[in-house]
Amino acid sequence: MTTTLMSNAKNTYTQPVLLKNARIIDPQRGLDKTMDILLEKGKICALGNAIAPPAGAIVEDLAGLVVAPGFVDMHVHLREPGFEHKETIESGTLSALYGGFTAVCCMPNTNPAIDDESMVRFVHSQGKVVHGGMVDVFPIAAVTKKREGKELAAIAELVQAGAVGLSDDGAPVYDAEIMRRALEYAGMYDVPIMQHCEDPSLVRGGAMNEGFVATELGLPGMPHIAEEIMVARDLMLAEYTGSRYHVCHVSSAGSVELVRAAKKKGIRVTAEVAPHHFTLTDDAVRSYDTNTKMNPPLRTVADVEALKEGLRDGTVDVIATDHAPHSLDEKEVDYLQEPFGIVGLETSLALSITMLVEPGILTLTQLIEKLSVNPRRIIGKPVEIKEGAEAVLTIFNPKKQWTIETEQLHSKSKNTPFGGREVTGKAAGIVNNGLVMRY
Amino acid sequence: MPLSTPHLLGLHGAPEKDIELILDTAVSFKEILNRPIKKVPTLQGKTIVNLFFENSTRTRISFELAERRLSADVVNFSASGSSVSKGETLKDTARNIEAMKIDMVVMRHGAAGAAHFLTRVVQARVLNAGDGLHEHPTQALLDMYTLKEKFGRLAGLRVCIVGDIAHSRVARSNIYGLRTMGAEVSVCGPSTLIPKEIEKLGVKVYHRIDEVLPKVDALNVLRIQMERQSGGLFPSLREYHRFFGVTKERLDRVDHPITIMHPGPINRDVELSADVADGPHSVILEQVLNGVAIRMAALYLLGATQ
Repeated sequence: MTTTLMSNAKNTYTQPVLLKNARIIDPQRGLDKTMDILLEKGKICALGNAIAPPAGAIVEDLAGLVVAPGFVDMHVHLREPGFEHKETIESGTLSALYGGFTAVCCMPNTNPAIDDESMVRFVHSQGKVVHGGMVDVFPIAAVTKKREGKELAAIAELVQAGAVGLSDDGAPVYDAEIMRRALEYAGMYDVPIMQHCEDPSLVRGGAMNEGFVATELGLPGMPHIAEEIMVARDLMLAEYTGSRYHVCHVSSAGSVELVRAAKKKGIRVTAEVAPHHFTLTDDAVRSYDTNTKMNPPLRTVADVEALKEGLRDGTVDVIATDHAPHSLDEKEVDYLQEPFGIVGLETSLALSITMLVEPGILTLTQLIEKLSVNPRRIIGKPVEIKEGAEAVLTIFNPKKQWTIETEQLHSKSKNTPFGGREVTGKAAGIVNNGLVMRY
Repeated sequence: MPLSTPHLLGLHGAPEKDIELILDTAVSFKEILNRPIKKVPTLQGKTIVNLFFENSTRTRISFELAERRLSADVVNFSASGSSVSKGETLKDTARNIEAMKIDMVVMRHGAAGAAHFLTRVVQARVLNAGDGLHEHPTQALLDMYTLKEKFGRLAGLRVCIVGDIAHSRVARSNIYGLRTMGAEVSVCGPSTLIPKEIEKLGVKVYHRIDEVLPKVDALNVLRIQMERQSGGLFPSLREYHRFFGVTKERLDRVDHPITIMHPGPINRDVELSADVADGPHSVILEQVLNGVAIRMAALYLLGATQ
C-alpha cells in the first residue's frame, strides 16, 4: 500500500491538500459528483471542478475512490480501562482508522464502568491523545450505576461531560421501572438510551440461536423472543415517555418488524445492525469455531433476509459493528466457556459493500447514510461536505477486491470468523481534526 | 478397510459403511470377551489417555477395560484434583498431555464441540466419550449393536427414545446413527424436554407414552436428571413417572414384546419401573457388555488407521 500523503497519523498537514477526481457523496446535500476538493487548516476550502493547486499544495488523484462524510461506528468496545489485554483506546482507534472510521462510540462495560463524569472525560481525552486525535472517541456512558440496573447513573453529569448516549450494553436495563425513569430523565437532554435487548430469564446459559442447528449441535439456545420481548416492552416505554430510544444490534426478523411498526406510529426509535448478523447465519456455528459466538447470536436465513429488508426500507438506520475484542486465550476454549463477540472495525465496510451494495440492496449513498449520516444524527455529531466546513472525511474504494487476513488486523485482538474471506470494498484513508491519513 | 475418519467425534454425517464396520468389528471382539483369556495384543505399544472432565464411572471403566483388553498403555485423567481446577485451559491440558507422546485421547467434556476443539489442538486420534449435550457416539453404537444382535437387523426397526431428549447426547447420537442405518426413530417426552425443530431430523415426536408403545419394537429409556425439575422443566418426578414412566402395566397392554434399553444409571421407578428394568425384555446388562466390545472395535479401527 502506498502512503502518498502522510506516512503516519502523527503527521499534521500544514500545507494545503488537493484531492482530485474523487467521487464525492454527501447524502445530506444530495451530492454525488466527481470533483476536486481542497483541504486547508482542517477545513474544506474549495469544492469544484479543476481546482488549481495553490503553491506548495500536496496533490493526489483519487480517481475511482469515493469521499464521504466521516464514518462513525457507534457501537464498539475499546476495553479501556480494565481489559487492556483485549484492546486499548490506542489499539482500538488504530483499527478504526484502518477501517475508515473517523469516530467511534465506545460502550461503558469497562472496569470500572463508564458511569461517572471523570471516566467519560478520561475516555474522551485519551482519544485525543492517541494517533494525534485522528479518530474521535465519543463515550457512551452507563444508564445505571456500575451497570447494575438498580439505580440511575448521574445522567446529567455524564451528558455534560460528553457522553453521546447511555447504555448498559452487555446487559439490558431489565427493570421496567428503571428503564422508564432512564428514558424520562435522559429525555430532558435528548440523548438516546441504547438498549442491549435481551430478557435474561429466557437465555440463561445459552450459547447460540435456539432452533434446528442448536438442536443438532447440542448447544443451549437463545430464542429470538428473548430479544423481541424487550424490544416490544421498551418501545411501549419509549412511546409512553416520548423519549429517544435506540435498539442496539438488532438480530431477528421479529425485532425488525417491531421497530418498523413503531416508526410508523411515530415512536422516536432508531436501530442498528451489525455486519456479522447480515452476513452469517447460525449454520456457521457448525464448525464450533468460537468466533461464531456472539450475543445476540447468529440467527437464521429468514432473519438475515429481514435485516437486509430493514436496512433497505430504512427501518434499520445504522450499521455498527459491536466490535468486541477478546484475547486469543479467551477464545481458545470450549464453546460454552468462551466470551461472546468478535472484532469488526476493519471488516465492516467490506462486508457492507459485499453483502449489501454489490447485490443491490443498498446504493452507495444509502450505505453512507448507515455508516455516517444516521449514526452522526443519533449521537448529535453531524458533519457535511461543503465549503467552509470542518474536513471530516472517509475515503474508500468501493471496487477494491481483497482477502481478509486475520493477522493483518490492527486491533489487539484477532477474534474474527471472516479470516480468508474474499470481499469487495476497502477504506483508503480518513481526514479528521486537521490530519490526513491515506493507506 | 479403514474408517473414513481419523477421529470418532459423532455419528452426525457418519457414513453407513463406517457404522457397519464398527458394528461388524465388535462381533469378533465380543467373541474375545467370552473367552477365558480376554486379552489381545492389538494395541500393544500404543498409549491412550482417558481425559474425563465430567464425572463418569461406567463409561470410563468401559473404555479402560476395552483399552486394557487391547493391551494398550492407559493413563487416566479426571478433572477433579487436576490442574483444571487450578484454571488451566482445555487447550493447555491437552497439549501437555500430548507432549508426553500419547497416541489416542478418549475425552468426555461438559461442552458441546469440545472434542472437535481437541482435534484442532492435538495430533492424537480423538474419540469422543460425550461432549455436552451433543454426541456420545460409542453409546449409540453399543445401543445399535444390541438391537442388531436382538433383531438381526436395524433397517426398518422401530425405536423410540423416551425422556429428556433436549439434554441428551445419547439421544442425538442414536437418532443420527439409527436413521443412517434405516431405522424408524421416534422420541417421546414432555414438551419442555423436546428440543426445537427436532422433527427436522426425521423423527416423530410423541408426548403420550401409551400412544407410542404399540408402534415400536424397542424403547431406549433415558435417565431423568433431578436438576431438570428444579430448573422448572417438569413439575415433579412423581408426575413424570405417572405420565412418562415405562411400567410393566403399560407394556402388558401392548400385544407384542418391546425390547427395553437404558444407558444407565437407572432411576428406578422414575423413568423405568424396577420390574421392567429387570424383566425378560430388558437388554440393559447386554448393553454394558456390548459397550466394551464396541469400544474395543472403535479403538482398534482408529488405531489401525494411524
